[in-house]
Amino acid sequence: MSTSLSAKTPQIAVRTVDLGKTFGKGEGTVHALKGVNFEALCGELLMIVGPSGCGKTTLLSVICGTLGHDTGSVTVFGQDLAQLSSGKLTAFRGKNVGFVFQQFNLIPTWNAVENVSVPLLLNGSSTADAQSASAELLHDVGIGDKLHALPTELSGGQQQRVAIARALVHKPRLLICDEPTAALDAASGRKVLELIKTRVCSPERCVIVVTHDSRIFPFADRIAEMEDGQMKAVHSAGEWKALYV
Amino acid sequence: MLRLALKMLFGDRAKYGMLVCGLSFCALLMSQQTSVFCGLLLWTTATVRNIRVPIWVADSKVEQANEVVSMREIEVQRVRSVPGVQWAVPLFWGIQQARLPDGTFQAIQLTGLDGASLVGRPAIMRSGRIEDLRLPNAVIVDQVAISKFAKRGIQLKIGTVFEINDKEARVVGICETQRSFLGQPYVFTTYSRALEYAPPQRKLLSFILVQPKPEQDPAALVRRISQCSGLRAFESDTFSWGTLMWYVRNTGIPISFGTVVLLGLVVGIAIAGQTFYLFVHENMRFLAALKAMGATFQVLAQMVLLQAFTVGFIGYGIGVGIAAIFGNLVLQKGEPPFYMPWQILVFTGGVILIICSLSAAVGLVKVARTEAAMVFK
Repeated sequence: MSTSLSAKTPQIAVRTVDLGKTFGKGEGTVHALKGVNFEALCGELLMIVGPSGCGKTTLLSVICGTLGHDTGSVTVFGQDLAQLSSGKLTAFRGKNVGFVFQQFNLIPTWNAVENVSVPLLLNGSSTADAQSASAELLHDVGIGDKLHALPTELSGGQQQRVAIARALVHKPRLLICDEPTAALDAASGRKVLELIKTRVCSPERCVIVVTHDSRIFPFADRIAEMEDGQMKAVHSAGEWKALYV
Repeated sequence: MLRLALKMLFGDRAKYGMLVCGLSFCALLMSQQTSVFCGLLLWTTATVRNIRVPIWVADSKVEQANEVVSMREIEVQRVRSVPGVQWAVPLFWGIQQARLPDGTFQAIQLTGLDGASLVGRPAIMRSGRIEDLRLPNAVIVDQVAISKFAKRGIQLKIGTVFEINDKEARVVGICETQRSFLGQPYVFTTYSRALEYAPPQRKLLSFILVQPKPEQDPAALVRRISQCSGLRAFESDTFSWGTLMWYVRNTGIPISFGTVVLLGLVVGIAIAGQTFYLFVHENMRFLAALKAMGATFQVLAQMVLLQAFTVGFIGYGIGVGIAAIFGNLVLQKGEPPFYMPWQILVFTGGVILIICSLSAAVGLVKVARTEAAMVFK
């Protein structure tokens, strides 16, 4: 009974409670996050939207454990990140989180396979195994003919596909995408989101996308709206469409 | 990850090239200049190495091998009387003027060996026999004389006659010697004939060459000779080191070479340090991305250190290699001086290691201070 219930009820991937983060001291203090409460579920593609400076990127950084928080708590797959030491947090992130960055951050002197293999190498795989798995994944994301191409030899869309492959190669349960379409034209951006929606989203995985790009909102299962360091509202795709489209 | 770290380094050709060039230049400057310095210092002890005896005795004022304070010939007998002395022979050693067949003059290092024993004879004879020194007016010249005379169109060979202070000198042999500090050719003759060639003076004995008896401790004999004769006695090695140190203390040579070596160090640190810092700085975004993806500081530190030491190793190899090629070329020519003992290689390697460590440390501080969150900015 409990098994069927858990199969039907999505597991909470990320939960923040009264999450607060400030930068600077004295008069220059910036309250980037002011008691943010929200949940992201496994199997969903959650987009975090809001104006520039509202705290989206800070929230993303805290959720994935690359930035500490001052108040409240953040739990990822049941693990309170504040309870982990620096080393354990790095290991947790390396195992459970995949990243897709706005500027791709592909290392320019490494070819596609080498860039994609990094998370596996960091998790202890052998070079041969890592490169084999990477090549397979690059085929899956549609650039199997560019395995040995350097990032500079790839188009923006292709680079982002490599970045997505890199984010997925170690099978993380949480995928963090920071403005994944910002450096792409409309067509490429759409293709990237289609790829994420069709190949990346799965019942075991939570995908959180921070974006300004309203053209990709239709791909979201839910849209979290931030404003001035707070979570203003979380809408289902239908609610969002009814409100804004 | 380490293989990828190297690829990251080699891929940035501009900075990799700059780093290797900077470190090569630094290694070249340090190894080449210190080798020339060592070679120059080695020249100062050429006489000690050419004469090859265990103990040298000189006037009590003498501090180094190229300084001659002449003694009375009776001193030889006094030294011979010191217990523990197997034998003691006189040596004349002084700069004289040779008049060449074309009428020009050449300064020579006239070396007068004991006629009976010929102790202090050249180690290598290219032609002729050392015993022929006992023939009338006989001299043996070295390879430096051959080249110096050749520059004036005179082909020195056995039978060639020239003058030393208006007295005939006939070449009976050609030998090989270690080049002297001032570069004058060695001209060997017997002690008695050397006194004839040299301008008359009250004292003409330059050194006394001593062989200790078997079982005799040379150091103890040196002390005993000094005590008994009032002269200054040196073991061969001590004499060489004393001579080297005299030149280090009393000439500007170390400052001159030291300045160049220091310049190499500063240039190396400046170029390599700054370029490596820029290399790390420009890759900081990628290093932060790796950090976000789970790379620990230890992994990133290994990558940075490997990159720093790889360029250091390559730069060291190229720099020292060029210095060795330079040395090989100049040794064939005879000058400038060049002597590269293993200590120079270790010294240069140590300095390059320090430069690379400092460069890597600067980069690592930056890596350590960088938050993985910067990849989202």
